[in-house]
Amino acid sequence: MINDRYYKRRYVIAGIAILVVLVYVVRLFILQVVDNTKSAKADSNALVRQVVYPSRGLIYDRNDSLLVFNQPIYEVLLVVKEMGASFDTLAFCHALHIDSVQFVERITQIRDKRRNRGYSPYTPQVFMGQLQKENVSLLQERLFQFPGVTIRQRTLRDYTYNAAAHLLGSVGEVNQRDLDRDSYYQQGDYSGRDGIERQYEQLLRGQKGVEVLMRDSRGRIRGSYHDGELDRTPVAGTDLHLSVDICLQQLAEQLLSEHIGSAVAIEPATGEVLALVSQPAWDPKTLVGRQRSKNYNALLNDEHKPLMNRAVQAQYPPGSTFKLLQTLVCLQEGGITPRTEYPCAGPASMPIKCTHNHGSPVDLLSAIEQSCNPYFWCAFRDMLQKDGYGTDNILFRHRYELWRNDILRFGLGQKFTDSDIPDQVSGSVPSTKLFDRLYGKKGWKAITIRSLSIGQGEILVTPLQLANQAACIANGGYYISPHLLHNDSSWDRHETGIQPSYFDLVKAGMLRVMTNGTGRWHNSPEWRMCGKTGTVQNPHGKDHAIFIGFAPQDDPKIAVAVVVENVGFGATWACPIATKMMRQYLQQHWPELKTQE
Amino acid sequence: MNRRNNIWAGVDWTVIALFLCLAIFGWLNIYGAGYTFEQSSIFSFSNRAGKQFVWLMGALVLGFCILLIDERTYDILGYWLYGATILLLLITPLLAHDIKGSLSWISFGPVSLQPAELAKCFTAIAVAKYMGRYGFTIRSWKDWIIPCTMVLLPMVIIMFLQRETGSALVFLAFLLPFYRQGMTGKIMGSGVLVILTFVLVMKLNLIPESVLNKVLQPHQLTRIEVLLGMKDDPTGAGYNVNQSLIAIGSGGWSGKGYLMGTQTKLKFVPEQDTDFIFCTVGEEWGFLGSIGVLLVYLWFILRLIKIAERQRDTFSHIYAYCVASIFLVHLTINIGMVLGLLPVIGIPLPMFSYGGSSLWGFTLLLFILLRMDASRINKLQ
Repeated sequence: MINDRYYKRRYVIAGIAILVVLVYVVRLFILQVVDNTKSAKADSNALVRQVVYPSRGLIYDRNDSLLVFNQPIYEVLLVVKEMGASFDTLAFCHALHIDSVQFVERITQIRDKRRNRGYSPYTPQVFMGQLQKENVSLLQERLFQFPGVTIRQRTLRDYTYNAAAHLLGSVGEVNQRDLDRDSYYQQGDYSGRDGIERQYEQLLRGQKGVEVLMRDSRGRIRGSYHDGELDRTPVAGTDLHLSVDICLQQLAEQLLSEHIGSAVAIEPATGEVLALVSQPAWDPKTLVGRQRSKNYNALLNDEHKPLMNRAVQAQYPPGSTFKLLQTLVCLQEGGITPRTEYPCAGPASMPIKCTHNHGSPVDLLSAIEQSCNPYFWCAFRDMLQKDGYGTDNILFRHRYELWRNDILRFGLGQKFTDSDIPDQVSGSVPSTKLFDRLYGKKGWKAITIRSLSIGQGEILVTPLQLANQAACIANGGYYISPHLLHNDSSWDRHETGIQPSYFDLVKAGMLRVMTNGTGRWHNSPEWRMCGKTGTVQNPHGKDHAIFIGFAPQDDPKIAVAVVVENVGFGATWACPIATKMMRQYLQQHWPELKTQE
Repeated sequence: MNRRNNIWAGVDWTVIALFLCLAIFGWLNIYGAGYTFEQSSIFSFSNRAGKQFVWLMGALVLGFCILLIDERTYDILGYWLYGATILLLLITPLLAHDIKGSLSWISFGPVSLQPAELAKCFTAIAVAKYMGRYGFTIRSWKDWIIPCTMVLLPMVIIMFLQRETGSALVFLAFLLPFYRQGMTGKIMGSGVLVILTFVLVMKLNLIPESVLNKVLQPHQLTRIEVLLGMKDDPTGAGYNVNQSLIAIGSGGWSGKGYLMGTQTKLKFVPEQDTDFIFCTVGEEWGFLGSIGVLLVYLWFILRLIKIAERQRDTFSHIYAYCVASIFLVHLTINIGMVLGLLPVIGIPLPMFSYGGSSLWGFTLLLFILLRMDASRINKLQ
């Protein structure tokens, strides 16, 4: 152009174009490269992660009887934003057999963010859970009428036997603590709440799967994302084989059903728990599904405290059953020998008198057979006083410490830490510190703690510890930590450190209990049963009956402890239950049991 | 010398290459935007990509034909074409179907046409003819009355009779050729000032709502309010822009890959194959793809300015500036809207957006210029 006065303006115009593009490039850089919040938003827009639940591991007993399995249940899910104005609430309520008041109430609950933290109107929310097939079938047929409603199948636990409720435990919805502790869980997941279900939760639960689905702008699912590349198939939970014999368990529960009490049976050679019974109990089926919380609360408020697993959580003085340990420790630490005899009357045995009718003096085996209180008091006294008392009681207190350590090595006064039995309590064997505090260092002598000699006083044991004590004697000096998993050899062996020949002596005494002593009315001589009864004084009511024993004498297959609360003599109440358990277990013959399948 | 041969020798093939580049990449992205993971072929007429292919073929035929028409035709017929266009714009609202409040579309059977797209071209010709006539000089503001009226007339018709604000705003593009021809820069400056004042006035709520409602349509008012941050409404009026930003932002450096964008595939962004087509680019091709497209546009516009400057007569010089400015304004408004920098004003991204009218409109605009440019050698010789 000739004579163009404004030719420089071309640069202004080109400059404007360059400036605009530059501004947009900067804006794009900020949006796409600097700010990385947008990707997450796009994903949450378009991707839905749907959890695929694995089936929970099954639980079998030692003979492969199925104890716990899964039953399908159904959940009705609802996406609030997809319901739309034309949603036919009445028809929906009709299909689910609820009324409109319940509907409104439930919708309000779902939308309340304080009670339902993960609420979003765009994602499926559980409207009703744990429904049986017949409750959802009507809705299933008409599902197309209700936009935003889906039905999801999940599983609940079901049980073959009405037995072993404490032991098996139950499955329930996770609580806030679980959610905080383990990121695996999400609101609404189930986990083992107690018993074996909780103990082996990690194995039983398996691994949840996930399906990544695409959702369009209207919330409709448009198929899987990247051909399921990001999906993860669920891994089913591991099946468990318990050491329990469900027949023995059922038998013991039946025998104890009229009582409050517990029974524990252990296979001595392996430490496997054959039965772990606590009465009163409940039908495990009642703590499943919709009725769970109602029934659980009823159990919680029951005056007999059925939720307490007495086999591992109740603590009693061991009574006369403790005389067996007393014998072993006194022999080991000196004070008595296998030939020691004591008169069971007269000033020598004061202040404990014999209530039985037998000759005096008595030897060791007769003392066990007759459960002679003065004998064990004398033995205990002589063991503790062997070196005299010393200055400041020091020699005596040292002897007591020796005695206590030996007792602890039978598994008393502590939980079995390398064990899979949940909810144990430790029981107690009083320490020198305790007596020092009560009486002063110089203030206590053998006579002060004489009750301990016959298993009364400050000593407390659980039925599990009692059974383990029996197993330990049966083994002749060691025990394997009692546990519930079958065919698993990874459990510790604990030595008592007491000379094996002393155990033979005690076993001989226990055999005589069953042939001539307090257990003779319920003996089965062909199984060479060994046992010891106990009657524990109870300041709150009638005495507790206790029995521990094992059979057969030479090759023990089963060790048992039975405690029946507030009934009276061990020989009358606990002994028949224990011997019947041992006999039927050894015979593997269960005439009383009716199968429940 | 055979003149016809000279035409092909003089055609600026760079511009045609850039034009095709943008149109074909646009077409691929229209396919991407309509793709739903279970897709029919890119040539299938059941989807918009297939239709766009037909429009594109038609555009090439149209362009070829225009190159054959003597450029003097436009000089001769300039005012007649302008008059006919104004007439067409006037009767359009009478024939039009209401599409989202706009009365700018006329249907011929299955095909719809938007006369406003043609108006840009013929207004440019008429303005160029008037200002390029021998002896036209600018001495005072009075000399601006006629060119300004030529621009304002279609603008007013489109804005008020057809209710198509976006297409009307494009006519602001004529400010740039006016400026180039000597219009004082103060007018441009004051334009910027007017916009700033408007923003301020809206922010401070200085205009009573009753007045605002008369001037602007309610949806336009909310769009402006959302843009100015006066309303935060990601699911309502701000939804488009919000989803558009999410789509572009989620693209990252290099994008999710062609046909892999979830935002656009799952229809989170409305109008994603027309006005919001740039979202698909942003999501699937990322930052690199996006600036690539922007740079091609910049190259294209700078090339048009270069062409404008080499014209030897004022008519084609002014016309070329009109063309360059129209492309620039389209680019600015459309990308600005998609990036959330400007209010949502529905105008297409040239060559990229789906639609026959706009593609053919731009083809017409561009190829008339190319013909003028191709025959510039013969002029004044």
